[in-house]
Amino acid sequence: MISPEMPVWLVIAALAIGTFLIRFSFLGLIGDRPLPDWVLRHLRYTAVTVIPALVAPLLVWPAATGGTLDPVRLTAGLAALATGYLLRSTLWAILAGITVIAIGLGFAG
Amino acid sequence: MTQPQKPKDQTAAIWRGLRDGAPFQLIVTPFAIVFGVVASEAGLDLMEVMALSILVIAGASQLTAVQLMIDQAPVFMVVFTSLAVNMRMAMYSAALTPHLGSARLWQRALAAYMMTDHAYALSAITFEKEADRPTAWKVRYYFGVMVQILPMWYLGTYIGAVLGNAIPPSFALDAMVPVAFIAIFAPALRTVAHIAAAFVAIVLALSLAWLPWSLGLIVAAFAGMIVGAEIERRKPELIS
Repeated sequence: MISPEMPVWLVIAALAIGTFLIRFSFLGLIGDRPLPDWVLRHLRYTAVTVIPALVAPLLVWPAATGGTLDPVRLTAGLAALATGYLLRSTLWAILAGITVIAIGLGFAG
Repeated sequence: MTQPQKPKDQTAAIWRGLRDGAPFQLIVTPFAIVFGVVASEAGLDLMEVMALSILVIAGASQLTAVQLMIDQAPVFMVVFTSLAVNMRMAMYSAALTPHLGSARLWQRALAAYMMTDHAYALSAITFEKEADRPTAWKVRYYFGVMVQILPMWYLGTYIGAVLGNAIPPSFALDAMVPVAFIAIFAPALRTVAHIAAAFVAIVLALSLAWLPWSLGLIVAAFAGMIVGAEIERRKPELIS
């Protein structure tokens, strides 16, 4: 439980303002001034690096199982990866992952 | 803004965004429910739980804040660590700037408010493939993606906060979150450079997971971006 001493609204306000400023940063300040080529070349790889780096620990050490590797969650992730890569489709990747979760947890009871 | 657009194209852009973003409702809603349940069980009242989801709109960061408040961390550390989880969005902001930077200020501010992993990943991938689209088209696409996802984020949080324990843990809603993120980036692994960048990012994220404040994530992402960009610079023929 969160202690009544915790200034929850202060935390919420700081997170709201801080998060907006992070999101607005480049979009707000740079606007339509052109970015150099080498910057653009690196930015093209943000989606395929930030998101995998975010997801890998969630998959290998899921909080729900106390941080131990869970075969169902790992298989679901790999199924989504393979399906998304081969079919080039987000929707099919999601459905493949959900199917593995449903079957795996169904068998586990 | 390159040239004025026909109204028909603009409506089409919104529809494209709605269609591309629709599958993510399947994912965002359970994630929001998970957050609502966790936050209300931690002792936050409904107003506080909803304020987090409406003002912050960043599930991982919101869960981090709740966990650190449960752990009685100092306020400064709660805020600092939760914001560190969101630092990746500065990269999203930079990556979207070539596409949305010439939009009006209020549109850029609204786009910033709505900027999530889904909004960024879908838009960045579409804008890269269809780079010639005018800014007005891209702005409408982006809003089309998010205008349906945000209400599900708010609604899911509300359902989770109100229902709380009534949802059986065997639903394993948390297991959907990694699936959603993988489904976003897997179709974008188009070239050797993209695959190498993702591989480096994954290996470093796992080996640096012990670093505090999500620093492992930031380091892993930067290293992966450098690898991808270097391959592209040295072997451009592999990319096209």
